[in-house]
Amino acid sequence: MMTIKQYVRAESLEQAYQLNQVRANRVLGGMLWLNTSKLAVNTAIDLSGLGLDQIEEGEDAFSIGAMVTLRQLELHPGLNAYTQGAMAKSVQDIVGVQFRNMATVGGSLFGRFGFSDVLTMFLALDAQVELYHAGTLSIQEFAQRTPDRDLLVRVVVRKRPGRFVYQSVRNTRTDLPTLTCAVSQVDGAYRLAVGARPMKAVLLTDEEGLLAQGITPESARAFGEYAARTVPTSGNLRGSQAYRTHLVQVLTQRGILELGGDHHGA
Amino acid sequence: MELKLTLNGRAVTAQIEADTLLLDFVRSHGCTSVKRGCETTNCGLCTVLLDGKPVLSCATLAARAAGRTVTTLEGLQEEAADFVGFIADQGADQCGFCNPGFVMNTIALLRENPDPTDDDIRAYLAGNLCRCSGYEGQLRGIRAYLDSRKG
Amino acid sequence: MEEKQYRSVGKSVRKKDSLQLLLGKGVFLEDVVPPGALVVKLLRSPHANAIVEQIDTATAAKVPGVVGIYTWQDVPQHRFTNAGQTFPEPSPDDRLILDRHLRFVGDPVAIVAAEDEKAANRAMQLIKVTYQVLEPVLDPRQAKDAPVLVHPEDTWHAKVDVGGDNRRNLVASEVSGHGDVDRVMESCDIVIEHTYHTPACQQAMMETFRTYTALDRYGRLYVLSSTQIVFHVRRILARALGIPKSKIRVEKPRIGGGFGAKQSAISEVYPAFVTWKTGRPAMLIFTREECQIAGSPRHEMEIRVKLGADRQGNIRALDLYTLSNTGAYGEHGPTTVGLSGHKSIPLYTGGLEAHRFAFDVVYTNLQPAGAYRGYGATQGIFAVESAVNELAERLGMDPTLIREKNMVREGMTMPAYYNEISRACALDRCLEHCKEMFRWEERYPVRDMGNGKVRAAGVAMAMQGSAVSNVDVGSATVKLGDDGCYTLIIGAADMGTGCDTILSQMVAEHMDCPVDQVTVFGADTDASPYDSGSYASSTTYLTGKAVEKACTQLKQQLCAIAAELMDCQPEDTLFQGDRVICQEGSRWVSLEEISYKAQCCNQHAAMVTASHTSPVSPPPFMVGMVEIELDKLTGEVSILDYMAVVDCGLPINPALARIQAEGGIVQGIGMALSESVTYNPQGRPMEDSFLQYKIPSRLDMGKLRVEFEHSHEPTGPFGAKSIGEIVINTPAPALAHAIYRATGVWHRTLPITPEQIAMGVPEG
Repeated sequence: MMTIKQYVRAESLEQAYQLNQVRANRVLGGMLWLNTSKLAVNTAIDLSGLGLDQIEEGEDAFSIGAMVTLRQLELHPGLNAYTQGAMAKSVQDIVGVQFRNMATVGGSLFGRFGFSDVLTMFLALDAQVELYHAGTLSIQEFAQRTPDRDLLVRVVVRKRPGRFVYQSVRNTRTDLPTLTCAVSQVDGAYRLAVGARPMKAVLLTDEEGLLAQGITPESARAFGEYAARTVPTSGNLRGSQAYRTHLVQVLTQRGILELGGDHHGA
Repeated sequence: MELKLTLNGRAVTAQIEADTLLLDFVRSHGCTSVKRGCETTNCGLCTVLLDGKPVLSCATLAARAAGRTVTTLEGLQEEAADFVGFIADQGADQCGFCNPGFVMNTIALLRENPDPTDDDIRAYLAGNLCRCSGYEGQLRGIRAYLDSRKG
Repeated sequence: MEEKQYRSVGKSVRKKDSLQLLLGKGVFLEDVVPPGALVVKLLRSPHANAIVEQIDTATAAKVPGVVGIYTWQDVPQHRFTNAGQTFPEPSPDDRLILDRHLRFVGDPVAIVAAEDEKAANRAMQLIKVTYQVLEPVLDPRQAKDAPVLVHPEDTWHAKVDVGGDNRRNLVASEVSGHGDVDRVMESCDIVIEHTYHTPACQQAMMETFRTYTALDRYGRLYVLSSTQIVFHVRRILARALGIPKSKIRVEKPRIGGGFGAKQSAISEVYPAFVTWKTGRPAMLIFTREECQIAGSPRHEMEIRVKLGADRQGNIRALDLYTLSNTGAYGEHGPTTVGLSGHKSIPLYTGGLEAHRFAFDVVYTNLQPAGAYRGYGATQGIFAVESAVNELAERLGMDPTLIREKNMVREGMTMPAYYNEISRACALDRCLEHCKEMFRWEERYPVRDMGNGKVRAAGVAMAMQGSAVSNVDVGSATVKLGDDGCYTLIIGAADMGTGCDTILSQMVAEHMDCPVDQVTVFGADTDASPYDSGSYASSTTYLTGKAVEKACTQLKQQLCAIAAELMDCQPEDTLFQGDRVICQEGSRWVSLEEISYKAQCCNQHAAMVTASHTSPVSPPPFMVGMVEIELDKLTGEVSILDYMAVVDCGLPINPALARIQAEGGIVQGIGMALSESVTYNPQGRPMEDSFLQYKIPSRLDMGKLRVEFEHSHEPTGPFGAKSIGEIVINTPAPALAHAIYRATGVWHRTLPITPEQIAMGVPEG
């Protein structure tokens, strides 16, 4: 289990940021890794007193605080209306309600975990991440950076006309995913995010214009095949590389078809 | 460090370590209904309500509960007694080790959604593992309770 | 069938402990022990096969709060087995409390006892061990006669000759059969021959292994343990510690699930050793990780089935060879394997002309296996039922019709089941009932649902036994209390199964009183009458019969007391539940009067102990049918409906019998689709937590429906047979069948994961 010498409920982001510059200190998210981590932490920094536990829906965007839980994402009417339910779908197979009442958006994203449904979903949403020190950057850029000592303050999802589809394959319903796949069309641009490869999620766009003529069974298949060729995968306990690459193709093709309004996919 | 919180309606002040888990804290304060079944937040046996929301006390620092309200099954005996008899009628209590976590989360479910469908129940309780009952008897029990309320 | 109506038996009575459990009262081990026990932790081997060359505990011992650190040099040197079996155990004596030779990743290297957990953990980090790392035997197929021996020691000892030889990595070996199987096989129109593989699976009971020990007021070793086998634990501890059994008392609290895991003394010896050394209370609670890597999972088996039949689907010959992997120690190795043949082949007694069943049980440097619900039958039934389904598909016959042609029926002698006669068998009715309830004709054909999804169905039958014939002993003490209530004292262990309640229902029926008038005590080696313990599907069948005997005799005792009160002859009295009447005239005395008389100037004990054993082990039978929806592209399987009909004789408590069946089915679904214990190339278990070892959640099991077909077992209490184990046996073959129907691919290795389905290639 993680050992902790000192617990501090931060009174300001600045205080939290300063404390977090010390190597042996750690920011607490949902704390779900408390038992499995063997870290010896000097000061555990808790952001739960900073009002970051709200989803604020404005005219143009959703502002999602770092301490918002996955359960809040699941239940938020505005977010789910905007994503046609894909937001709820991306989190509802994660362990159970109790877990999702604890796991935070900040914790889920900051670790850039390979298995993260949340990272996959926010990549497809083309979200923006606000860091305390580095400022605002795209989720794609954020995902590529290695975790540092900055603080994730909030995530912003801009409301642009879009369609979203989320899928995952799991060996049992509440297991970690064998593969995650989110597809979107925002402002006309297609995005495909694939995670649990098992490496962290990557984003693909329609660079080859395979979907430029619209979504048809053929173009969906072509894009699926393109994704399978392009997205690197590997094997672990939950699935081999070959199976994962097969799933990239299947889920991408189905996702794109559903995006085009075909609810029967392939 | 000093911790002040409300445990089952009672104000409690105690000395804790920074890394004391809420699970160990409540057990040491007489709430032995709260069980540890795994170390990986997968089983739901340690479910308690934190400010009314079901959470896993095995992965919650006691320190984070400071100033907040923690409820265990010891504090919800009457609310639980309303429906656990229906589970008992099915024989679905079985070994009983997962029961407190399951009962706590069922209470949370029914507070949130007083008239759940079978699928709502399955989804809400998905994080409560049980190795004895096969789950179907638990579902029948909850359903029988809900039906009894409708008269 | 005309059935007798009972007052308490055959009724869905609530479990006696149900409200205590459901309201979270402190009834489990960790809830009831006094504070202050030493925390016991085990330093475990990181290697699959190694010798401890040097071990330095000096620095670790200096950690404040550390009370003792013990290594192989500190423990007694007589080998014992952890298996909870009747003496002399068929399992070999191959263990020491701590051994210099470490035989699997997780084998204990040192015992640490400290005032608190933090000190114990700190000390564990500071113990310095130099290992001589040896090449391990990791493949059971290569284990027999391998150059590397798991147990090279001269002190290895088998008390019973089961064909084992530690110089050959062999724990047991046997061939049995009837008829000339080779000749019959040769003359068969069709021979199906395939090899089936079932991996180790964990019981994954919610309460991990745990034991508390202390010295009692007489200086004896008091052991409170989460165990199914208090008497066996006492014997095992006496041998391991080298102390007399009279110095040991073993008791169980409520048990948070067992499923056979707690039929071995997995956690007991370590705190017992600490308490015996230090005189102080000690407690060991396994982490979930320890449970996963150093528990006692199901034996991995590889089963070759050769099945011969004619073109009409008559099964004429069955030939099985089972290779069982017992891991690093032999607990339950020689016995589990037998069930893989003896509880699968007899299902097809119908027209079977010959059978052969051979097996080898081998040691490997992997986690030692143990007892798990089904106990070898589960593995064998997966193989044989799959082979029968393959035959049906090959012949293009409905698999239920093949079964109707070949199944065992009431009155048949079963050559593969020690020539026992099937005296109570409703398997035919189970199949008929299940077909109708499931709407088999409608759902068996494969249906394309579009979008790559297919619906299909599968079927399997199963059997088990009821107790170990000519071995197990069930006992019960029934005594009358002051107020006319009865106390039932047992050595069997209610591990959530409800046997406390079921046996009380039987007492109530015999004594003609309400179930609430019966209280239960047990299990405690000081107070309980000897009982083998709760395993081998024995408690209802065997201890239930002991209850019957005890009650019959108790009624005579009470009549004798009443006769004195009424000044008449005992022969002239009649027991009527709340009173005893004198048949001459209208005199009677109440139970309460009898109980007071029993305390005053009395020479007839108002208490009787009776034991029972059985020369037969009557099989319960079962049919399971499953409908799935399978996604051919992703390989995901959704179970829509699982329906089963069980013949357990008379269900003493139908609600509890149903829950047994439902719980067993869901465990079986886990075994079929997601659970297995696998190892990395160094022999380290990969599924070391519930994060990695996936037991079914309530979203993974579809809808269950279980019904019963009654039969009457003449040797069982009220006609009852067992139900605890059989219920895990049908899901694996039924699901493999349904998956074949959906995909055209037979999966002969469990678990059948989405990947295997999606990437599977049809034969031919």
